[in-house]
Amino acid sequence: MTPRRKRMMVVLGILGGVAASVSLAVMASRENIMFYYDPSQVATGKAPATKRFRIGGMVVKGSVRRAPGDLQVRFVLTDFAHDVPVEYTGVLPDLFREGQGIIAHGTLNADGAFVADEVLAKHDEKYMPPEVAASLKNKGSRGASP
Amino acid sequence: MGIFALILAFVLSLSQAFFGLAGAWKTKPVWMAVARPAVNGQFVFVAAAFACLVYCFVTDDFSVLYVARNSNTQLPLFYKVAALWGAHEGSLLLWILILSIWSVAVGAFSRQLPVSFQSRVLGVMGLISAGFMLFTLWTSDPFLRLMPAASDGADLNPVLQDFALAIHPPMLYTGYVGFSVAFAFAIAAMLEGRLDQTWAKWTRPWTIFAWMFQTIGIALGSWWAYYELGWGGWWFWDPVENASFMPWLAGTALIHSLSVTEKRGIFKSWTLLLAIFAFSLSLVGTFLVRSGVLVSVHSFATDPTRGLYILAFLVVTIGGSLTLYAWRAPKLYAPGGFQLWSREFFLLVNNVILAGVAALVLWGTLSPLVYELLGIGKISVGPPVFAVMFLVPVLPLMVFLAIGMHSAWRRGKLTSAARPLGWLLGAALALALIIQGVVFGQFHAVGLIGFTFGFWVIFSALLEPLRRWRQKQALTSALLGMCIAHLGVGMFAIGASGVESYKIEKDVALKPGGSFDIAGYDFRFVSAVNVRGPNYDAVEALMEVTRAGRPVAILKPQKRHFWVQQTDNSQAAISVNWARDLFVAMGNPLGADAWSMRIQYKPLVRYIWLGALVMAIGGCVAATDRRYRVKAAATVPAATGAPPNAEPKPGIA
Repeated sequence: MTPRRKRMMVVLGILGGVAASVSLAVMASRENIMFYYDPSQVATGKAPATKRFRIGGMVVKGSVRRAPGDLQVRFVLTDFAHDVPVEYTGVLPDLFREGQGIIAHGTLNADGAFVADEVLAKHDEKYMPPEVAASLKNKGSRGASP
Repeated sequence: MGIFALILAFVLSLSQAFFGLAGAWKTKPVWMAVARPAVNGQFVFVAAAFACLVYCFVTDDFSVLYVARNSNTQLPLFYKVAALWGAHEGSLLLWILILSIWSVAVGAFSRQLPVSFQSRVLGVMGLISAGFMLFTLWTSDPFLRLMPAASDGADLNPVLQDFALAIHPPMLYTGYVGFSVAFAFAIAAMLEGRLDQTWAKWTRPWTIFAWMFQTIGIALGSWWAYYELGWGGWWFWDPVENASFMPWLAGTALIHSLSVTEKRGIFKSWTLLLAIFAFSLSLVGTFLVRSGVLVSVHSFATDPTRGLYILAFLVVTIGGSLTLYAWRAPKLYAPGGFQLWSREFFLLVNNVILAGVAALVLWGTLSPLVYELLGIGKISVGPPVFAVMFLVPVLPLMVFLAIGMHSAWRRGKLTSAARPLGWLLGAALALALIIQGVVFGQFHAVGLIGFTFGFWVIFSALLEPLRRWRQKQALTSALLGMCIAHLGVGMFAIGASGVESYKIEKDVALKPGGSFDIAGYDFRFVSAVNVRGPNYDAVEALMEVTRAGRPVAILKPQKRHFWVQQTDNSQAAISVNWARDLFVAMGNPLGADAWSMRIQYKPLVRYIWLGALVMAIGGCVAATDRRYRVKAAATVPAATGAPPNAEPKPGIA
C-alpha cells in the first residue's frame, strides 16, 4: 500500500469513527429528548404513561399545599381548560409562586398526578415560558390573560 | 446626545466600509487613507454614546426608558454601570463599543501590513459595525425617552447583581467580536486573492486574543451560574450557553488550523472556512439570544423585528462570505500533502473533531426548533443528550492531543520526547485509580477515564518544557503557551469528570438545631436571622460544618428579598478548598420554622474554571511569541508579496 493510500485509509477511518459517534449521539438523543405536553393533553390521556416528559402551565392560586416542615409540596397546574395535580419533593426555584407559569419535568404516577423531579420558573417575573403562553392562549376562552 | 453620537458613528462606519473596500478595489491610496481616521472617529463617537448612557445610569436619569427599566436609585454604583449591559439595548451598545475598540486596535497594530490589505480589513469591520449600529438605531435605541420621566427605575434583575456577571458580558463580547477580526482578515484575504503563511501569522495573534477573552467569558458565566443561578450546576447546555460554546469550538479549531497554515501553508481553504464559521456562529449566538426563538434562562424580552433583522443580517453575512468563499477559495488552493502521524495530521484530527462537536451542539440546540417546525411536537434536548454528544468525540480528542503534542511537522514520526508517553499513560491510570480508591473510596468508570486522560494530557504537556529546562534549551513562548493551554485542558477534564462522578446534591428540610450529613461532612443549621443589605432584606442562616467533630467552615447562605422588583433570590454560601466545594443554598420556608435547603458536595469543581483560566493564560503566552512581533515588523518590505521564509522547527506549535 502506498503511503498516500494508507493515509487515506486512516483519514477515512477517523471520519468513520466520527460518523459512528455522531449516529450514536443522535440515537442517544432519541431516548433522551423530552416532549412537552400541556395539562389538557395530560388530562385527556395523550401524554405517555411511563416516559418522562415536560408539562407546563399556571400554578393555580391557593393550590400550593405542604405539611409544615416537610419538603414535599403539592400544587395544581392548569391551562384553564384542564388541571393536573403535581407533586414535588425538593427546593422550589426562587421565582416559583402561585399564579406563575412554570415548567416541570417528571412522570405520571398511577393516580394521574405528575411527579416532578425538576421544577423550572424563569428569571423574569413577567416571563412566561413560550410553550405555556401558547397553550394558555389556545385555551384562553375562559378569560385567562395569556 | 447619545443618539447623535451614535448616528455620526454610523455614518463614519459606513464611510470606513466604503473607502476601505472601494479604495482597495480601485487602488486609490487617498480613499484607503480615509479608512483609518474613520475608524478612530467612529470609536470616539461610539465611546461618546456609551459614556452618555453610563452617565444616564450613574445619575439615575429615569427619563431614559432603558435606564428606568434596568436601574434604580437604590442600586449600588458598581451595578448601576453594570446594569448598562444587563439587557438588550445596552448590551448591543457594548457590543458596538467593543467592535470599535477592536477596529482601532487593528488600525493601530497593523500598520506594517500592506495598505490595501489593511484598508480591506478595516472596510469589512466597518460593514459589520454599520450593520450592528443600524440594528441598534432601528430596533433597539437605548436612548428612547420616557415621558414623563419615571420617579424611580424598575431595577436590575437581582440575579444579575453580581460581580462575575457584571464582567461576564464584556469578556464574552470581546471574544465574540474578536472573531470578527479573524473574519475580516479572511474576507480581506479572499478579496485580495492572496493567502499565504504571512497572512496566517498576522491573523493568529488576533484570533488567539479573541479566543482567550471568550474562554474567560464563558468560564465566568459558568462560575456565575454555579453559585448564583443554577443551584450548583456548572453547565446546563442551555441554548445561550451553547451559543457561546459553538464559536469557542470553532475558534479553537481555527487557532489550530491557522498554525498549520502558518507553518506549512496548507489547509488554507479550511482555515478560511473556519474563520467564517467562528464569526457566523457568534452571530447565530446573538440571534438565538436576542430573538427569543429558543427557551432559555437568559431570554430577554422578545421582539420579532429584532429577530428578523438579525436573521437577515446573518443570512447576508454568512451567505455573502460563503459565496465569496466559493468564488475565491479555489484560487487559493495550495497543493501539498502531509504524512500520516505528522503534526499536520494530528491538527487535522483536532479540527475534524472540534468541528464535529460544534456541529453536534448546533444540531442539539436547533433541533427543538426543527421538530416544532416539522410539527412532530415540542421537545427539549436535555443535558444527558449533550453530555453523550460531547463526551464521545472528546475522549479521542484528548488521546490525540496527548500524543500529537509530540509529533513533528512534515515527518510522520513522533519526536523523541514522545517515548515516555506509554508509561505515562500507565502512571496516569495508576494515579487516577489511587485517587479514586483512597480519596473518594469508590470507583467510577466515567470518572476514571476522565482522570486518566486528564492526567495523561497534563503529563504530556509537561514533558517538552521539562526536557528543555533540563537540557537548558530555550523555550519559546509559543511552545510554552501551547503546553500551558493543554495543561488547562487536562485540569478541566479532571475537574469536570471529578465533579460529575462524585458530586452529591441533597434537598433537605432543616429546622434550627437540625443537621444533615453528606460525604462525611455534618451540616448543622444553627439559627436564622434577619439581615439588611443595600437594596434588599434577607434571612440569613448560620450553618456550622464539621467533619468528624472538627470544625470545617461556617456558612451563611441568604434568602434575599429585593425591595424594588419584589423578588426573592437565594445567595448560596460556599466553602472552597483545593479539593472540594461545600455548597449550601436556602430554599423556601416550609412552615414550623423549617427551611428547605440544598446541600451539595462538589469535589474538584474549581479545576473546571481554573483549567479554563489556565487555557486562557496559555493563549496569552502563545500570542505574545516573539515571531508575531518581529515578523510583523519585518514584513514592511514584504508588502509586495514576498513571504518570509521561516523554516518551521519541529516540535513547535
